[in-house]
Amino acid sequence: MTLLDVRGLTVTYPGGAEAVRGVDLSLEAGRKLGIAGESGCGKSTLALALLRLLPAGTKVGGEVLLDGEDVLTMRWGQVRAVRWAGASIVFQGAMHSLNPVHRLGDQIAEPILLHGGAPPAAAKRRAGELLEQVGLPAARARAYPHELSGGQRQRVMIAMALACDPRLVIADEPTTALDVMIQAQILRLIEQLVSEQELGLIMISHDLAVLADTCDRLAVMYAGRVVEEGPARTVYEDALHPYGRALSSAFPRIGDPASRFAPRGLAGDPPDPTDLPSGCAFHPRCPVALDECAVLDQPLREAGPGRRAACVHVGAAVPPPAGPAQDVRSTT
Amino acid sequence: MTTAAPLLSARDLHVTFPGRHGAAPARAVDGVELDIGAGEIVALVGESGCGKTTLARSLLGLVEPSSGSVRFDGKPLEYSSRALKAYRRRVQLVLQDPSGSLNPRHTVYEAVAEGLRIHGHGGDERAAVAEALSRAGLRPPERFFLRYPHELSGGQRQRVVIAGALVLQPELIVADEPVASLDASVRGEILALLLRLRTELGLSALVVTHDLGLAWNVADRVAVMYLGRIVETGTVEQVLTAPRHPYTQALLSVLPEAPGDPVVLTGEPPDPSRIPSGCRFHARCQILAGGEADRAGVADACRTQDLAILTGTDETQVACHWARTRVTT
Repeated sequence: MTLLDVRGLTVTYPGGAEAVRGVDLSLEAGRKLGIAGESGCGKSTLALALLRLLPAGTKVGGEVLLDGEDVLTMRWGQVRAVRWAGASIVFQGAMHSLNPVHRLGDQIAEPILLHGGAPPAAAKRRAGELLEQVGLPAARARAYPHELSGGQRQRVMIAMALACDPRLVIADEPTTALDVMIQAQILRLIEQLVSEQELGLIMISHDLAVLADTCDRLAVMYAGRVVEEGPARTVYEDALHPYGRALSSAFPRIGDPASRFAPRGLAGDPPDPTDLPSGCAFHPRCPVALDECAVLDQPLREAGPGRRAACVHVGAAVPPPAGPAQDVRSTT
Repeated sequence: MTTAAPLLSARDLHVTFPGRHGAAPARAVDGVELDIGAGEIVALVGESGCGKTTLARSLLGLVEPSSGSVRFDGKPLEYSSRALKAYRRRVQLVLQDPSGSLNPRHTVYEAVAEGLRIHGHGGDERAAVAEALSRAGLRPPERFFLRYPHELSGGQRQRVVIAGALVLQPELIVADEPVASLDASVRGEILALLLRLRTELGLSALVVTHDLGLAWNVADRVAVMYLGRIVETGTVEQVLTAPRHPYTQALLSVLPEAPGDPVVLTGEPPDPSRIPSGCRFHARCQILAGGEADRAGVADACRTQDLAILTGTDETQVACHWARTRVTT
C-alpha cells in the first residue's frame, strides 16, 4: 500500500493567505520524494499540514492518507500517536530546535518515553543507540547542544526523528546552512538510513541540485501548487515547466562555459499568497508566457511517462520553445 | 592585472586570538598572502571555521593582525581611527544576511544615506542615494526611498545593502556570503549585479563564500582556505576544473553535479588552536590515507614538514607535497 497519499490538500492561513492550493502527492515506503521551491511557495506549510502542526484557525482541506488513514480527520489522540511514531519531522535550523538547557540524551529519550512507554533505562539505552546510528559516540548523550558543531546538531535532530521508528520522515531543509562537506555527510547518512529502514522520505529544499542527487522523485512548487513532478534527475536536467527550468539553471555546473561569468536567475519576486496573480500564477515572471496565461489557470497535466507539468506549453501541439532561463543581465 | 600593483595586498598575515583560561591561542589566520587587483573579483572559499571571515575582517581593518601587513593602493594600512575611517570610504563591506544588517526602523533612504552622513558628504545627498539605488537595480529609486525593510523582498533588501556600500563610491567591496540567505532565483540576479558593477565602475571585489558554484559564476581567481592558510590558489578555470590539492578535490567531488565518486571527508576541520604539525590537512587527507602519498614518497613530509606560504600573486599554486611531485616541470 502507498505509505503516504496526499489528495487535493489546501491550506489557508487566518489572514487569508492561500499557502497550499490543491496538492496531490504520493510516496511508497523506501522511496524519497523531493519538494523544491522558493521561500513562500508553501513547501514548509505543506510539511506542517501533513502532521496537523499548523496554528489554530488555519483552514485545511483535502486528504492526507498515512497508511490509508486520513490524518486530517483523526481524533487528537490518534494524531498524537501518529506524530513521532508514524511520521516525524527534521526541522530546519538545528540550532533553534534543540533545547539549550537539556542534555542531548534526555531530548532524544523524551519522545521514546512519551510514545513508547518504555522504562527510563531502556529509553536512555535507545538514545545511545540512536546516536551511534547517526555517527556520534553514545557518550555524547551527556553533552549539551552548544558543545556540538552545526553538523553534529543536525545529526542529533535526525536521531530524534528516528526515535520512535517512524515509517515516514519529513526533512525540511536538513542541510541548509551547513558546509558542503558536512552537507555531503548528512545527505549520505539520510540515504543510508532510508534504505536500511525502508523509510519513506520527504525532503524539502530550495536546492534543486541536492534534491536531484538524493531523491527518486521531485516535485517543484510555485505559489502553493505543484507545477512540475517527475523522476528527480529528469526534472533537474530537462524541466518542462519554465519555473522548473529557471530554478535548475540557477545552480551553475562547474566547468560549464555557459555559466562562467553568466549567473542566471529569474527576474521578479515570488507572488504574495494573499494576492495571487490571475490565470497561471507564474505568468508575470514567465519568459514564455502567452496572452491566455493571464486569464487561464493551468492545471497539472500528464507530460510523458511518469511526469506531470502545469504549463500551457506542455501537452499542446506546439512544443515549448527550448529557450534557456531568462538571462538576467539583459533584464535589469 | 599581472603587471600593475595590486589594489589590496596582504603579506604574511597572521591573526591570533588569545585562548581563554590558559588554552592555546587560536591561529585563525596563520600566514596568508593575497592580492586583489583593480577590477578583479577574487573568491575566497573554505568551510566554516577555516578563518575566511577573520581574513576578510582583517583586510577591512576590523581586526588588527598579530603580524604581517595589509597594503591598500601601495600604502600600509594604519590603525588609527581617523585613518581607518578614510580607508572604509574606499573599501566597503557587504554582509551575508540583509535582514540582519538593515535597521528595521530606518527607511531605505536613511539606510543608504547613513554612510554619506558619517563621511560628511558635501554634495547632493538625495541624488547620490538615488544613483546608488539605481546602480543596485532598484528602479525607479524614488519609489524605494520611504520603504522599510519589512516591505521589501529578500533580494531587494540585499540590493539596498549593496546600494549602501556603493553610495560612497568605493574601489573595493568585500562581500561575505552575499547570496547565502537568498532564494535560488534571486541569487543569480545579485551575482549578475556584482559583475555589472565591475564592468561599469571597475569595482574590485573579494567574495567570501563556501559556495564553489558562486566562484565559477563570478570570480576571476579563487583562493581555497583551510585552517588559517590558503592551500590552493589560481584562476577559477584551473582550480575548479583541474584541482590539485586533495582538499580542493574533495570539496569539488561532493557537489551534487560532480562526476566520479564523492570523497566525503570524515569529521570537521580541526581546531585552529591545535593546528596539526606537518601539512595541516594531513590528518583528513584522502591521498595520504589511501597510500598514494606513500607511493609518491612524500608521506613522511606530509606528516612532518609544513609547507611554504603561497604567494599572493595570480599564478596558480598549491600547498601540497604530493601535488608538487606530480608536476613534471
